[in-house]
Amino acid sequence: MRENNKNICELSFLAISENESFARMAAAAFVMPQNPTLEEISDIKTAISEAVTNAILHGYNQDAKGMVHMRCEQMGEIFTFIISDEGVGIDNVEQAMEPLFTSKPELERSGMGFSFMEAFMDTLSVESEPGKGTRVIMTKRLGADVPSSSFDE
Amino acid sequence: MRAEEFEVNGTTMVIHLQEELDHHNAVYIREMADGYVDKYPINTIVFDFSNVKFMDSSGIGVIMGRYKQMSYVGGSVYVYGIGSNVDRIFEMSGLYKIVKKWNQAEVK
Repeated sequence: MRENNKNICELSFLAISENESFARMAAAAFVMPQNPTLEEISDIKTAISEAVTNAILHGYNQDAKGMVHMRCEQMGEIFTFIISDEGVGIDNVEQAMEPLFTSKPELERSGMGFSFMEAFMDTLSVESEPGKGTRVIMTKRLGADVPSSSFDE
Repeated sequence: MRAEEFEVNGTTMVIHLQEELDHHNAVYIREMADGYVDKYPINTIVFDFSNVKFMDSSGIGVIMGRYKQMSYVGGSVYVYGIGSNVDRIFEMSGLYKIVKKWNQAEVK
């Protein structure tokens, strides 16, 4: 028996929209040994999908050239997901995280991406440097008897 | 692999969605739907979610976009067949304020 149920998985993939589905399925597969509920799996898939879509659509402006990186870590019941890119970065992270804010309304973006990451995961932090890239770090506790976070208001 | 089906009947278009409604599929659905809206006098769009198992915020964008188009022509957007995962997304995003649950008898 491993101590602490520690595990790490790293993936890098081309910034094309086909890989959004790949990334969220890989993240779901990573958490499977923890026997998550269907709702927890759905939470993780949605949050990963939002972060990866942001990297592809905003970070790399859909240039299909850059690489998106996903690191999944397990430390006991705590799962950490880090999605990063070497794209354009975000000038104003605070503004980008506001519900309904989008820099691409012409592409029918709803501006709900970060709100969903926040709602479906336990913690979310965003580090970004214009011209260098963006790193999204999310954690979620799985297998505990605590209800997953949600906003009902 | 593309199997979203678009069914136009008079002024109503039904979009039968596939399993996943993410950014990747949203781009295709938007292009197809816009093509039909340009070509036919559509004032009602119905999204069939019966097969959808996954939707993220890109799906919200698709629905809001169609809602705006239908608003311009005094029309409406309906949804049906929504499962629990998608229902949470609809609730959280407030989409139920702009789209109605489809009841065939009510529309026809």
